[in-house]
Amino acid sequence: MEKILLSGDEAVARGAWEAGCLVAAAYPGTPSTEILETLAGYPEINSRWSANEKVALEVAGGAALGGVRALAAMKHVGLNVAADPLLTLAYTGVRGGLVVVSADDPGCHSSQNEQDNRHYAELAKLPMLEPADSQECLDFTRAAFDLSERFDAPVLLRLTTRVCHSKSLVAPGARPKPPIQAYLRDIKKYAMIPAFARPRHAAVEAKLRQLADFNNDSEFNRIEWDEPKKIGVITSGAAYQQAREAFGDTVSYLKLGLTYPLPGRLLATFARAVDRLYIIEEGDPYLEKAVRALGFDCLGKELIPLLGELDAALLRRAFRPPSPARPLTSLIQPPPRPPVLCAGCPHRGILHILGQKKKDLAVFGDIGCYSLGVQPPLEALDALICMGAGFSGAIGLALALKAAGDQRKVVGLLGDSTFYHSGLTGLVEAVHSQADLCLCILDNSTTAMTGHQANPGTALDLMGRPAPALDMAAVVRGLGVPADRLSLVDPLDRAAVTEALERSLAAGGLSVIIARRPCVLLKEMRGAFKYRGRVAPDKCQKCRLCLKVGCLALSFRDGRASIDPTACLGCGYCRSVCGFEAIEMEEAQ
Amino acid sequence: MTTSILLVGVGGQGAILTSKILAAGLISLGYDLKMSEIHGMSQRGGSVSTQIKFGRRVYAPNIGLMEADYLVSFEKVEALRFLPFLKPEGRLITDDHEIYSLPVAAGLTGYPEGVIEELQRLAPGILVVPAGRLARELGNAKVQNIIILGALIRALELGPVDWPSLVADYVPAKVRDLNLLALDTGLRR
Repeated sequence: MEKILLSGDEAVARGAWEAGCLVAAAYPGTPSTEILETLAGYPEINSRWSANEKVALEVAGGAALGGVRALAAMKHVGLNVAADPLLTLAYTGVRGGLVVVSADDPGCHSSQNEQDNRHYAELAKLPMLEPADSQECLDFTRAAFDLSERFDAPVLLRLTTRVCHSKSLVAPGARPKPPIQAYLRDIKKYAMIPAFARPRHAAVEAKLRQLADFNNDSEFNRIEWDEPKKIGVITSGAAYQQAREAFGDTVSYLKLGLTYPLPGRLLATFARAVDRLYIIEEGDPYLEKAVRALGFDCLGKELIPLLGELDAALLRRAFRPPSPARPLTSLIQPPPRPPVLCAGCPHRGILHILGQKKKDLAVFGDIGCYSLGVQPPLEALDALICMGAGFSGAIGLALALKAAGDQRKVVGLLGDSTFYHSGLTGLVEAVHSQADLCLCILDNSTTAMTGHQANPGTALDLMGRPAPALDMAAVVRGLGVPADRLSLVDPLDRAAVTEALERSLAAGGLSVIIARRPCVLLKEMRGAFKYRGRVAPDKCQKCRLCLKVGCLALSFRDGRASIDPTACLGCGYCRSVCGFEAIEMEEAQ
Repeated sequence: MTTSILLVGVGGQGAILTSKILAAGLISLGYDLKMSEIHGMSQRGGSVSTQIKFGRRVYAPNIGLMEADYLVSFEKVEALRFLPFLKPEGRLITDDHEIYSLPVAAGLTGYPEGVIEELQRLAPGILVVPAGRLARELGNAKVQNIIILGALIRALELGPVDWPSLVADYVPAKVRDLNLLALDTGLRR
């Protein structure tokens, strides 16, 4: 078959399809999202967006126990959510192959931290594969299902942003008939009560020894010798490509693909054969520690940064004498260009109102587009940690402020997808503990930040089939919030949001505000606004108040506020902010 | 030998489509190729970059400081921002188009003066393509990216590729002719 240009994510999906995967589940998260979006194009596979990563891994794990090949995918922080089933699935093992994809984000391109999930392989005692380009993404994914069945263990497929989102040429293969094994009831293997878990732990340790032995000769690793063998580089994943780019054929490489359990004999053979040994890896000194533990002296993190993403230029600078060449730089400082809320974004209204009240409020935020309201001019959020913390973090913050006699009121905030991901449990806690705070759900009817994925509140699923959309207000009431403590508002309706917020906070106790309006970028919202904003030059008093809403369509030009008609979508929120009625709405062209 | 092209601009300007078409042409010439994009937050009016490397064999997909043979910018301040990634002897192709970022629009900072003059001083081989203006003259500001693609193709001095049919493959049918006109406009720069 002809080679095709695929991203790492697309190649993982292709590899899973070629391996006969039948069930795939994920929660969207950059840089892993395109794996399931690509799998959705294969009708033979039951692919789905799960409520969260733990659910996704449990769905895939259940399918694997049942005898079919299954895959769960998530971004690095998602594996924290899924860690609970992961560590015990290591004990039960699988019947059909199970592949767990962790897409790490060194450099925090689109994440709240840059954790190195290679540590999870060691923690969970699972084999880990690290592909370095799209061809390896396909080959390793396909092989991961075989490896999983051969060693009766879930396999961790660890990717990074550059592997996920880089495209390179791939030779695709065919899909044989998917292997389906009969489900066997086997409580000693699958029901992890203490009496059965203890012997399964022993089985896991035995498997790891077999895997380490297998790995010494496995095809996942390779040595590329340079003669004479003066300098040796041990590397894996994206770092291998950067090392090859920087050093070419001038050094010898041990390129590892199966990076847990590590092949001790192979590492020793390579280390003994070279005069000087370097470890080139992104993130933590994971390989370096293992090589040192084997008793070999090497250089690694003394030279290469532990923070951020590696590139070849950075490696050259780390290893070679400083060159006189200097990057072209100007004394003119380019103004920052951070990502911002889109023009017409429904979140803008409520975030602007919260930001205006920031002296009287402490707002616990969450992961999603509303994170774009952290920076000026909106400045709506005080804290942002992880999915669900928008509710449960707010509960704790309210306790602290009360203890300190602080008069500020606490607001917790998350989105519709995050609400179903892990806001439900926080809300249960808030109800049961009679928390004194206002919880807001910014319901834009989609998972917007990652590019409009379905969630339990949407009427279509990942495969594009109709699905029952959960009624959020009914869910909130069902969890114990009385109807008179629940408000439903349009987040762009300044008066209604302000009234609901003030009423909720004044009354004390727990209240919930659902601020609902679909994301303006959704197809069904095209043409939703019939008007465009325009600044009446004679009425503008140059107060710049409208600029505080943080909209790219609004700027200060020629001494007054101005609206770019090609950027404005006509949401009209800025109009409600202007004290001089200087913003008029005219019919869209 | 590999050639490295860094395309930069503002979310929504079509840099990714440009790099897809360019990549398809380079693959048809038999090159090994890697292309790297950063997704996620970048759609929201933020600074975006895509990177293409091609040659006999390509390893790293991304471009570090002073590694780009070509820096192609859809907006002049973005050219300034990414200039340190250009090789000192590399070629800069930029639009003189000006797009305010939110901190500028909100009045938190200013949009700098004299950007093109500064770029000319720092990168003497610069090619300024007023693609944003030319696209509006053609009747659709969105074809700015295809005009820049044309200018880049010409600068790369590649072997024979049927670029018009590649462009036609990648753009919606109803704007095909307009995009072919835009390609031609760019190829003449």
